[in-house]
Amino acid sequence: MKVEEKTIRKKFEKLNSDNIPKPNLLLHCFNSFWVGGLICVIGQFISDIFSKMGIPKDELGTYVSIVMVFLGAVLTGIGVYDKLGDFAGAGSVVPITGFANSIVSPAMEFKKEGFVFGVAAKMFTIAGPVLVYGIGSSVIVGILYYFLRW
Amino acid sequence: MGRRIGTQTVEIESKPRIIGTYNIVGPKEGQGPLKEYFDKILEDDLNGTESFEKAETSLLYTAISESIKKAKLKEVDINYLLAGDLLNQLSSSCFAARDLNIPFIGLYGACSTMAESLSVGSMIMEGGLANYVVAATSSHFSAAERQFRLPLEMGSQRAPTAQWTVTGAGAMVLGKKGNFPYVTHVTTGKVKDYGIIDVNNMGVAMAPAAVDTIKQHFMDTGRKPSDYDIIATGDLGIIGREFTEKLLLEYKYDMKGHYMDCGEKIFEAERQGTNAGGSGCGCSAVVATGYLLKNMLKGKFKRILLVSTGALLSPTSCLQGETIPGIAHAVSIEFGGE
Repeated sequence: MKVEEKTIRKKFEKLNSDNIPKPNLLLHCFNSFWVGGLICVIGQFISDIFSKMGIPKDELGTYVSIVMVFLGAVLTGIGVYDKLGDFAGAGSVVPITGFANSIVSPAMEFKKEGFVFGVAAKMFTIAGPVLVYGIGSSVIVGILYYFLRW
Repeated sequence: MGRRIGTQTVEIESKPRIIGTYNIVGPKEGQGPLKEYFDKILEDDLNGTESFEKAETSLLYTAISESIKKAKLKEVDINYLLAGDLLNQLSSSCFAARDLNIPFIGLYGACSTMAESLSVGSMIMEGGLANYVVAATSSHFSAAERQFRLPLEMGSQRAPTAQWTVTGAGAMVLGKKGNFPYVTHVTTGKVKDYGIIDVNNMGVAMAPAAVDTIKQHFMDTGRKPSDYDIIATGDLGIIGREFTEKLLLEYKYDMKGHYMDCGEKIFEAERQGTNAGGSGCGCSAVVATGYLLKNMLKGKFKRILLVSTGALLSPTSCLQGETIPGIAHAVSIEFGGE
């Protein structure tokens, strides 16, 4: 029984590089594609309705965003969006409904810790970094644009 | 008096008996393949409380107090309560102990707590320092997710290697007399870390610790896998269990036919969407107090080895890029073998 731990560790590393199941990328991409597309089609549909109602074209985006964020929040609240996310992955994370989900889900979760240190403090744990780097990079691009004006 | 054998094992000569057990699980575990072995299955995983943390406390409290009742004892008869859980500052155990009139020692061994508390309890009994000891532990899916992962309603995908924390609590009462399963050997594990970083791959991160403890148990006692009717690791899951089997083969221990993993057994992965299987302190606790000990009482198993496994990470340690250390403790239990 003279087996050194080094050999075991080597075998472990080999197993770990060969035997870990990988997610089914093709299937995930497909589901992500059509769910994400469907969410965008719904957004377009809402946009067309608002357009018919006579909302000016440059305000349409705001109206659609408000409705889509509302839908994302409601679906999170009634416990549907997490199931959708499990199925569609990035397809439901990337659209603005996913952004709503990332804010509403921690807000719901941490309600037990109170409205100040729970809901308000934890609300942006996931969306916070997106906002920080999103806004941050837009400022940088803005500055570059101002000076370069290509 | 007990004695040390080999480098990590203690032989328990007084054979402390497991005179009372109780387990309680959440609804999802109650739909799993082991449902007939649970004493109580909750319909609501909040158990009538207002938060998941409070629910876990209530589960642990129920398991402890009911196990004492099943042993026909009162709280004042118990000399030590040894308990632990996954939450920060051992909240569930401390708050459950708050309502119990029993001297309390809190233990943290992550998901290895069932074997850990049973080990320490057996050693206290062996030392003649107690008449009755309770060993208990609990975990709760939603409370653990809150602490270690993402919000519940957050729409994200689980990795194929991810495991599902068991909602449940189990307790065992150790006593000196009676015709019950008894502890014969305790092997205390060393912390092993083979450099896994992925927090969604905990079964694999813990496998080296399980391998090391099982191997050391065999070397110390001179036993081999076939000396046991069943060797049960705590929560390595499907992938971790495969790793453990393959790595033990390197030491020339063939586990085939004598080995199961509680995390793999408690859920039906495909149907219940639990990916690699169950995890959490409650996992090995409810499977040990349910499937394993109840089958011992029925005579199906005469000698078992419970190897609860724990991943000793914290949410801070993984954000700082630390690897995941694992631990495993083994307890050998016999009944009706002679």
